[in-house]
Amino acid sequence: MSGICVVLEERDGRIGRISWEALAAGKLLAAQSGQPVSAVVIGASTESIANEAATKAVNNVIRVEHPLLAHYTSDGYTIALHQLIEKESPTAVVFPHTYQVRDFAPALAARMNEVLIGDVVAIGEGPVFTRQLLQGRLAGNYRHQGSGPCFVSVQAGAFRADAIESGSAEATNFTPTIDAAQIRTEPGEPFRGSAQTVDLGSAPLIVSVGRGIKEADNLPIVQELATALGAELAASRPICDNGWLPMERQVGSSGQTVSPKLYLAVGISGAIQHLVGMKGSQCIVAINKDPDAPIFEVADYGIVGDLFEVVPALTEAIKAAKG
Amino acid sequence: MKIIVAIKQVPERDAHIRIDSSGKWIEESDVQYAMNESDAYALEEALQLREKHSGEVIVVSAGPERVGTTIREALAKGADRAIHIDCNDLNQRDALGVARLIADAIRPDNADLILTGLQSDDLGYGQTGVILAELLGVPHATLILHVEKTDAGLKVKRELEAGFFQEIELPLPAALTIQSGGNKLRYATLMGIKKAKTKEMRVVTAAALDGAPVAVLDGIAHPKKQRSTQIIPGDAKQAAATLVEKLKFEARIL
Ligand SMILES: Cc1cc2nc3c(=O)[nH]c(=O)nc-3n(C[C@H](O)[C@H](O)[C@H](O)COP(=O)(O)OP(=O)(O)OC[C@H]3O[C@@H](n4cnc5c(N)ncnc54)[C@H](O)[C@@H]3O)c2cc1C
Ligand SMILES: Nc1ncnc2c1ncn2[C@@H]1O[C@H](COP(=O)(O)O)[C@@H](O)[C@H]1O
Repeated sequence: MSGICVVLEERDGRIGRISWEALAAGKLLAAQSGQPVSAVVIGASTESIANEAATKAVNNVIRVEHPLLAHYTSDGYTIALHQLIEKESPTAVVFPHTYQVRDFAPALAARMNEVLIGDVVAIGEGPVFTRQLLQGRLAGNYRHQGSGPCFVSVQAGAFRADAIESGSAEATNFTPTIDAAQIRTEPGEPFRGSAQTVDLGSAPLIVSVGRGIKEADNLPIVQELATALGAELAASRPICDNGWLPMERQVGSSGQTVSPKLYLAVGISGAIQHLVGMKGSQCIVAINKDPDAPIFEVADYGIVGDLFEVVPALTEAIKAAKG
Repeated sequence: MKIIVAIKQVPERDAHIRIDSSGKWIEESDVQYAMNESDAYALEEALQLREKHSGEVIVVSAGPERVGTTIREALAKGADRAIHIDCNDLNQRDALGVARLIADAIRPDNADLILTGLQSDDLGYGQTGVILAELLGVPHATLILHVEKTDAGLKVKRELEAGFFQEIELPLPAALTIQSGGNKLRYATLMGIKKAKTKEMRVVTAAALDGAPVAVLDGIAHPKKQRSTQIIPGDAKQAAATLVEKLKFEARIL
C-alpha cells in the first residue's frame, strides 16, 4: 500500500471549494508519511475537472470514467471507487464531507471491512484524526488501525484550500467495470424547494432564533427585538422543522447562507450545519445560557445568560439608543 | 410492509457534559437521556407508512439497560414490538461494529424497509444506516424527508445542499436514513403508554467485541478555543446596555 488518493467532487462544473480543502488534508497526510498524492475525479466525462485538478501540486490525476457515472448514484460510485482502490491500494482515501460523500463513502469503506473516519476537523501526527462529538461540544481523537486503506472525510472550512501550491500533473484514465443492473436506485433531477419570498442573503441585520426559545408562543420576544433593530428574523433548523417559522427562514447547510453586517444568534448552540450558513457575517453576537456553547467560537460578542431576560432588556436598550 | 426502525438513546441536549476519568467518554451518571432527534422522525415515517399500507413496525436499539425507556417510548407512540441489543461498550465500537450488531439482530426479520435517523446527536457518525444497507445487501438513500410507496418500490424525497431536493426511486427491500423535519411528530397517548407495557421487547445480548475496532476513539477533550469572543459581563440590563454601546461605537453597526 502506498499513496494518498483524494476524491474531488464537482460543483456546477467546477471542483468545489471543500474538495480543495480535502486535497489540503490529503497533502498534510502525505507530508507526514512522505507519500505521493493522487487527485481522483469521477463521472461520465471528466476532462474539464481533470484539467482543473492538474493545475495543483499533485503527483497525478486519475480520471474514473464510465457512462453509468453520468449521474451520481451510491451504487455506481461505490463500485467504481472500490475497483480503483483495489488497483491503486493507497494507504488513505480522503473525501470532502459533502451530502454525496455521506451517501456512499460509509458503504464503500464497509465493503472493504473499513470504517470512514468522517467529518474530520484536524489531523495531527500519528495520524490522529479529530472530529466533533455531541454537536461540537466535545472533540474526539481517532486512530485508524485497519489493515486496508484509511478512509477519511473532512469538514467544510477545516483545512486551508489556499495553501495548495500550483503544479502541472499528468492525468491517467481508469475505466471501471459496471453493469447497469448493479445500479439499484434511480435518481431524479435536483429541484429547488418552494419559491422564496424573503431574501435573507441580502439582509444587513439578522436576528436568528434557536431551540433555546423553547416554544412557539415565546417567538414574539425575538420578533420584537428584530423589529426594534429593523432586522430580518431567521432561525435554526429545529425551529423550522417544528413549523414555528417557515423553512425559507432557515440558516445553514440545508437552508440559506447569509453574511449580514450583524448576525444576532439567540438560543442557538452553533452546530456546524448552522455555522456554515452564517460564519461569514461581519459581526456575530451570541446570547446563550451555556458558556461552552460552540456558537461562542465564532461570535465577536457574547452574553452568557437567560435569553428570556437578556432579549427583552436588549430590545429596550436598542429602542432607547434609537430614541 | 414490515418496517424496522433503528433508534438510539443519546444524552439530552441540555445535558451537562463532563469527561469521565477514563478520558474516553462522558460521565454518564450526570446525564439524562432521550431519543435521538432524527430517529424520532424515522419512527414517525414508519408509523405513517404502516397506517397507510398496514404491516408491522419493529424498533431496534443497541445500548445498555437504560435504553429500555427510549424503546418503551417508541412502543407507546405505536411501534408493534422491539428488539433491545444489550450492549455496554457502544462507545468502543465503531460505526461498522454497531451496524453489524444491528444487522445481525434484524436479519431474521427480513424486513421490507429499514429506517434509521441520519445522524446520532452524540457520536454523529452519520453512517450506521448506509453501512446497514451494505451489510444487508439492499439499496439505500440518505437524508430522506418523504417516503411514498409505489408499485415498483419506493419514491423518496432527498434533501440536497443549499435548498435543493431530489426524488429517488428504489426497489424494496431498502434502507433509508431519515432527515428531521419531514413530518410532524406525534405524542404518546395515555392509552399508548399503557399498551406499551404489554408489547414484546426481546432482549438479545451483543456479541463481544472481537479485537479492536478499525476506527479507535482514543480520547475525548473539550474543543480548542480558536477565537476570543468578548463576553459581556453584568446582569441582563447592564449587559444589554454595554452590547448596544459596543455595536454602536466599536463595531459601528448601529
Ligand atoms: C445533514 C444535516 C443538515 C442540517 N442542516 C441544518 C441547517 O441548515 N440549519 C441548522 O440550523 N441546523 C441544521 N442541522 C441541525 C444541526 O445539526 C443542529 O441540530 C441545529 O442547528 C441545532 O439547533 P439549535 O442550536 O437551535 O438547537 P440546540 O442545539 O438544541 O441548541 C439550543 C441552545 O439554546 C441554549 N439555550 C437553551 N435555553 C436557553 C435560555 N433560556 N437562554 C439562553 N440560551 C438557552 C442552549 O444552551 C443551546 O446552546 C442539520 C443537521 C444535519 C445532520
Ligand atoms: N446503538 C444504536 N442503536 C440503534 N440505532 C442506532 C444506534 N447507533 C446508531 N443508530 C442508528 O443509526 C443512525 C445514525 O447513527 P450514527 O451513524 O451514529 O450517526 C441513528 O440515527 C440511529 O437510527
